[in-house]
Amino acid sequence: MKIGVVTFPGSLDDRDAARAIRLAGGEPVSLWHADSTIKKVDAVVLPGGFSYGDYLRCGAIAAQAPVMQTIMKRANEGLPVLGICNGFQILVESHLLPGGLIRNEKQHFVCRDQRLRVENVDSAWTNAFKQGDEITIPLKNGEGGYIATKETLKMLEGEGLVTFRYLDVNPNGSMNDIAGLRNERGNVVGLMPHPEHAVEPGFGPDSPIAMRSGIDGLKIFQSVLNSVVSA
Amino acid sequence: MPKIVVQVMPKQDLLDPQGKAVAKALERSGHKGIKAVRIGKRIELHYPSTPTAAQLAEAHKIAESFLTNGVIEDVVSVTVEQD
Repeated sequence: MKIGVVTFPGSLDDRDAARAIRLAGGEPVSLWHADSTIKKVDAVVLPGGFSYGDYLRCGAIAAQAPVMQTIMKRANEGLPVLGICNGFQILVESHLLPGGLIRNEKQHFVCRDQRLRVENVDSAWTNAFKQGDEITIPLKNGEGGYIATKETLKMLEGEGLVTFRYLDVNPNGSMNDIAGLRNERGNVVGLMPHPEHAVEPGFGPDSPIAMRSGIDGLKIFQSVLNSVVSA
Repeated sequence: MPKIVVQVMPKQDLLDPQGKAVAKALERSGHKGIKAVRIGKRIELHYPSTPTAAQLAEAHKIAESFLTNGVIEDVVSVTVEQD
């Protein structure tokens, strides 16, 4: 199964995302921001970074890229799309997910191993988890404060569209401790923390078992393999 | 050069961390009596000649759809200016 990873000017974690897909058992395919084609992939990952230098607003210019016009159309038809960090910002700017992401409450760029609770497993990217699972994956952002109108928040909470919530610490002032969301259909998920940095023992966050042994991010990529096989 | 100026501000009810940091710095440096600071953006669209009504209408549309995100910002004004 082929999973596309888009590279925008300023993407940083495209190769990490490709590696995570490979470790989960999928075949990563490089996609380019200026192309309209997405090469018959079965799913797409929008990786982290600072696309177009975060000019105007994070993700705003990437949302206008040719590849995003195709991805928006296909996402609305059910193609699984995951946005990580800058990718989440691109999903929000593309109106595939509601709300917005603003500068962290305390202004600082935050980089830490972050505990999260998996709040919803009915999505293409969370079905390998159990409801309420607590996971640790790295978080690194300067503009990760999730905001939305009162009505949107009520809708997100009421319909179970919050997929990940920050535990212990809310690192960026996100409303309702929201770390990640899904759309109504469940094919589109966005989150600020980085699952692709917690997929291989020796290179992940510390876990109770051993230093750097955390691989909690892997299940996100395994989930999409399940969902495409079962679809 | 003739231009259309778009002014953008973060929404009133949202925390503006940048403005808050500047307000604190002003207070620290002895400027009392400033209740709050909010920081927005000024965006200039330059044209070869005075923009037409249609171009102004287009600028309004661009301002609402691309230059701002309605969840976090408001378009304060879209006006034609000459130098």
